[in-house]
Amino acid sequence: MMATPEDIKEWIEQNLGQSEVEISGDGRHFDAVIVCAGFAGKTRIQQHQMVYAALGDRMKDDIHALSMRTMTPEDRTAETTVDQ
Amino acid sequence: MEIQERIRKVIDENSVMLFMKGSPDFPQCGFSGRVVQILEACDAKFGSADVLTDPELRDGIKAYSNWPTIPQLYIQGELIGGSDIVMEMHENGELKKKIDAVDG
Repeated sequence: MMATPEDIKEWIEQNLGQSEVEISGDGRHFDAVIVCAGFAGKTRIQQHQMVYAALGDRMKDDIHALSMRTMTPEDRTAETTVDQ
Repeated sequence: MEIQERIRKVIDENSVMLFMKGSPDFPQCGFSGRVVQILEACDAKFGSADVLTDPELRDGIKAYSNWPTIPQLYIQGELIGGSDIVMEMHENGELKKKIDAVDG
């Protein structure tokens, strides 16, 4: 089955909780930006592991490659401020 | 030897160890190739293992660190990440610091 960016967004948001996900992709390779309050205090490795855990077997079956940037809402605010 | 034990051994023996698709000279996946390029840019001496020629390793390494994708980079026994994290750490200079700490 080919996954759509909307599918992946839904899978992550359902299982990760309290998150905002933006995905682009072509059915095999996807880019994701994931903002989640639960990432606070976690290393990047742990943040990515949380997303992988949310996707579970989908990672094996439906998704070939997922590039991701993970951040907390505070990180995003900081980033936006820097950009301005 | 059990696969998990084999993985632990190879990570112990190589301070910088990359599990990838293909070889450093002939990467079989763009993400693996990108990590090789970054390691070379950092002048890292690194070991590598090709998961495509070793199905047991391919499954085993995913279980080893609870990380479902390849490539995976380890420095001094610690999972650093896949290509996204490695690239991020290369851009902000963290990776070079870690690699220099190994050599020094």
